[in-house]
Amino acid sequence: MHFAVFGGLYNNYLALQAAIDDACRAGAEALYCLGDMGAFGPYPDRVFPLLRDHRVICIQGNYDNSIGNGLADCQCGYTDPRDNYFAKLSYDYTYANTSMENRRWLRDLPSEHRMEIDGARFLMCHGSPRKTNEFLWESTTSTQFLEKLADDFGADVILATHTGIHWRRELSGGRQFANVGVLGRPENDGRNVVWYALIRTGRDVAGAGIDIQFVPLEYDHQRLAREMRDESLPEEFVTTILTGWWTTCLEVLPSKERRRGQF
Amino acid sequence: MSTSTESPAIELQALDELWFQVSGTLCNLECTHCFISCSPHNDSFGYLSLGEVERRLEESVPFGVKEYYFTGGEPFLNKELVPMLAATLEYGPATVLTNATVLKPQWLRELRAAEERSLYSLEFRVSIDGPSAEMNDPIRGERTFERAMQGVQLLVEHGFLPIITMTRTWDEADDVTILDQFRDVLRGRGYTRPRLKVLPRLQIGAEAQRTQGYADHDVVTHEMLRDYDQSQLICAHSRVVTDRGIYVCPILLDSPAALMGDTLNEATAPFALQRGACYTCYQYGAICTNPSSHVVEQQRGGENDL
Repeated sequence: MHFAVFGGLYNNYLALQAAIDDACRAGAEALYCLGDMGAFGPYPDRVFPLLRDHRVICIQGNYDNSIGNGLADCQCGYTDPRDNYFAKLSYDYTYANTSMENRRWLRDLPSEHRMEIDGARFLMCHGSPRKTNEFLWESTTSTQFLEKLADDFGADVILATHTGIHWRRELSGGRQFANVGVLGRPENDGRNVVWYALIRTGRDVAGAGIDIQFVPLEYDHQRLAREMRDESLPEEFVTTILTGWWTTCLEVLPSKERRRGQF
Repeated sequence: MSTSTESPAIELQALDELWFQVSGTLCNLECTHCFISCSPHNDSFGYLSLGEVERRLEESVPFGVKEYYFTGGEPFLNKELVPMLAATLEYGPATVLTNATVLKPQWLRELRAAEERSLYSLEFRVSIDGPSAEMNDPIRGERTFERAMQGVQLLVEHGFLPIITMTRTWDEADDVTILDQFRDVLRGRGYTRPRLKVLPRLQIGAEAQRTQGYADHDVVTHEMLRDYDQSQLICAHSRVVTDRGIYVCPILLDSPAALMGDTLNEATAPFALQRGACYTCYQYGAICTNPSSHVVEQQRGGENDL
């Protein structure tokens, strides 16, 4: 089988449309999204028709849980006052501009998706299998921790998002963990592209096993930036879209990931 | 079965963080708010050896430990700390809590190289209790602000991004102002993207003498834990290796009940929240972990009808 997995959308409907087109061109037979439909970008309601029309199988992120249930904040876990200031701006905008129908849809999403494909047990989650808003950064997640998650949750492949930066670790017995990245904003590497994962199993893989490819995706980021300004979203967010460097919510980054960025 | 008059017991949900009390209670400073009263003379807990740390690292693997933390006392008083951290970085991310007054360039060069070789981050948490000598020195000792700031500069010169950790000895409402001041001061010293963390005071050890200890009613009750996310409590996901055995958390070393056993296997029993410091942990949540591992309490849905 051949399928695509998208991470956080952060209202970036332009990247979502580009990713759907790109994955279909590449031959993906099914599309999945690991949650956090809202945040950061403009026009929150525009991602939902795309997800429904293309039958994207979705799970609930912490943002979706918050918007869907009318909670006071996004449950992202920021510890710094400046980070929380920007998180609140983004959350209040997204909440105010998400229709009641879409809030209900978010509220009712499942928190995980399991499937067995070509003999491999896949577990899709948002942060980690045990907690929706747990950050699994590459440089702060030990291999034995991932091995234990795979054991405890009976999974051969665990797929997550939430941190905003893609990475992958091979585990014992051919098992794997992958953070698929996000479509919502670039990865703090000075590039404008966003990332998703294409996964092949069974006869779609040359040789054997499970093949996970991370895909850098170009989309009309200039238009996104214009629309963010039209909606009076913070210039700090627009800078991230235009430059590829994160400017906010940096205090949760571990040192290795923080060092790679500019701020 | 516990009754409502007994302290609630917290299960170890997962051993996510393993701490090493690597220099015991020995420290070159004698801070007036230290919750375990560390000093140059307090040897109630002693040094761990490199061999002991290596043995515990291996022991920790089947538990799926996610991160390792090194504390004291002042960890860099232990002459084997640099090889200990290098060994740890082969198992997972490492964080060292230091006062940054005894750092040597050679150690930092070796540690930077060890981190570069590793998949994992090496974090330095540097304790400085405010953005000025006037705020810091009365608590941490004469000239300690200047010495610690020089340590921060040395870390930055070696490519590290230390997390400046301060104990809140001011009103919580002043946090933003003080954090802004501290960022300005650090930028003035060449640390262009300062990282900061504020800790609540723990009213035990020396701090109980400096201000006051906990009141009898400062305890966690069964009722307080109803609908509370217990993963906010350190004892739900951490244990500490000391030279006397495995303790429940890095805060309660003075409490005999906090000694859980000699091996990690023996140390997995539930822990009763009997102490005043447990109340602070309950109030603030996840006080000992780094911001990158901070998980806020997940809320329940259904507050608003749609």
